[in-house]
Amino acid sequence: MIGDLLTAAVRVATPLALAAIGEMLVARGGMINLGIEGAMLAGALGAAVGASASGVGAGVGLALFAGVATAAVFAAVAVWARGDEIITGTAVTLGMIGLTGIIARQHFGLAGVGLSLPTMAAVPIPGFSRLPVVGEALFDQSLLTYLVYLMLPLSSWLLFRSRFGLELRASGEAASAAAANGVAVRRIRTLAVLFGGAMAGVAGASLVLAQVGTFTEKMTAGRGFIAIAIVILGARRPAGVAAASLLFGGAIAIQYVLQGQGGVVPYQLWLALPYVLALLVLVLSARRRGVGLEGRPSSTAPAA
Amino acid sequence: MTGFAWRSSGIRRDLATTTSAFLLGLILLTLFLKVAGFDAGAAIEALWRGSFGSWYDFTSATLVRSIPLVLLGLGFMLGSRAGALNIGMEGQFALGAIAATAVGLHAGSLSAWIAIPLVLAAGALAGALWVLVPVALRLRFGVTEVITTLLLNFVADAALSFAVTGPLQEPSHIYPQSATIAASAQLPRLLVGSRLHSGLVIALGLAAFLGVLLWKSRWGFRLRAVGANPTAALLSGRIAAGGVFASALLWSGAIAGLGGAVEVSGVSLALYQNLSPGYGFTAIAVALLGRLQPLGVVVAGLLFGALEAGGGAMQRDAGVPAVAVQVVEAVVILTMVVLGRRQTSHR
Repeated sequence: MIGDLLTAAVRVATPLALAAIGEMLVARGGMINLGIEGAMLAGALGAAVGASASGVGAGVGLALFAGVATAAVFAAVAVWARGDEIITGTAVTLGMIGLTGIIARQHFGLAGVGLSLPTMAAVPIPGFSRLPVVGEALFDQSLLTYLVYLMLPLSSWLLFRSRFGLELRASGEAASAAAANGVAVRRIRTLAVLFGGAMAGVAGASLVLAQVGTFTEKMTAGRGFIAIAIVILGARRPAGVAAASLLFGGAIAIQYVLQGQGGVVPYQLWLALPYVLALLVLVLSARRRGVGLEGRPSSTAPAA
Repeated sequence: MTGFAWRSSGIRRDLATTTSAFLLGLILLTLFLKVAGFDAGAAIEALWRGSFGSWYDFTSATLVRSIPLVLLGLGFMLGSRAGALNIGMEGQFALGAIAATAVGLHAGSLSAWIAIPLVLAAGALAGALWVLVPVALRLRFGVTEVITTLLLNFVADAALSFAVTGPLQEPSHIYPQSATIAASAQLPRLLVGSRLHSGLVIALGLAAFLGVLLWKSRWGFRLRAVGANPTAALLSGRIAAGGVFASALLWSGAIAGLGGAVEVSGVSLALYQNLSPGYGFTAIAVALLGRLQPLGVVVAGLLFGALEAGGGAMQRDAGVPAVAVQVVEAVVILTMVVLGRRQTSHR
């Protein structure tokens, strides 16, 4: 029971963590991209189209491309044309719901996909997967879960040890000071947004290829927004993001485990749980700061 | 934090900007449909036929769908004038619909003069209560309303699902919907032989009222001052920025809830899971296309009502999914964001 829940939690947490790692860099650059919900959806469709055409590898590749392309729209409007980032992100997500709807209908017809979609099998890591309780949950998952393990230290290095990370954090903390010191703020931010889009796209791929096994309209159902809450809860740090992803993965997974059991609690309560949890988390993480109405609110430019 | 202090540059230029944004959206949609392999000509033709093709389509489809869009667009306009981005209107709409249904089901013994105001008030109150949490979190903890209102949409969706399968489900407990609300709680129709209901009068009346409120009252002045620059408003010593922000967001939520109540008592007459095809998000496009002006919101609401109505026809007659019109909405928003951005950037 605990083992099953943990395994499901890690599987559900994988797309959340992938998207959150990308958005973490965006947030470090002082931005918030609500369009990653759209990028994830685009990635999900890209994965379905690519995988049905020529296997899961093509699916992941097309998902990555779709995510980057979606993020490029956000970068063009919010970074280069200096449009409001909240409105821009909302519009990008809205447009992607429409665009994926058109393409999915054209490509898969009314019947939908899922009938013949290849999925990613779990690849057990020899030795580790036999560990008691956590073995199966952590080390008998799809390759994209292992990508999370790879990206966590990598993003940490990128943020805190590389020149790019330094310039990115400078752009986020004090953009004009960074610019005065010769940092190409817009270019750095664009790179972060595109990286975030790539990660969101791959997150969509993991949702389709390693979790659900099909594509449906609006299937991301707010997971991109949850990824943003994860970034805030995780204080924009890789370890924090990992822990927060697992927490949300568990909150979503619990409904799959409990739904089959019936019971007195209406299942809608479990549907609402992750979002209520996200709200609680925002309050608890904001308590430590103290941001009034003046200036940018804490979650737009989350303080570490 | 919000980037739109729209500087109206004369009605003629506003009109030129909005028209080009809308046309660009339509052109891109045609392009996408062509590339995707649909019969774009047939789709656009269905879009036109379903919206302005006949008097019946115009009144029963376009105008009926414009009503919630105008109402919610006004709600978004009011919030953003004070610097509050209410991305949660979809949820407030749902809560307003739930409350209106709960009251409307039990209003059989009341006269319409009492039942209808009661239903509408219940919807507005529920919408305001739903946004109370984001208001409190913003003022007390500094958590941006953008994320909190957005997250509450999903909670509201679960609440709606619970309502139609639980306490408000129709008596036979088979379908996920409520029974029909009492006849006295239904908004009267405006035209014989059409589905157009008197919610249109409410939407237009509210637009006029908000126009006067924003530009002729002290509260309106404070609201716009806080939206333009909260720090300056606070430092002036005469404006309690937090209070103005809170009241703007609460009224925004109340208007969205009213929208849900009007939809139930004017159109659906019962509660359904899929009551809103995304009105809460479309209304953001409506408000921006209307340049955050009441009259502009009314005109933009009409255009987007036509788009929604035409989208339905497009799905029926040309096999193009109705969500396709969201591409137009997105292009409109992005174009307006680029064209209407503040000249002096904060970055």
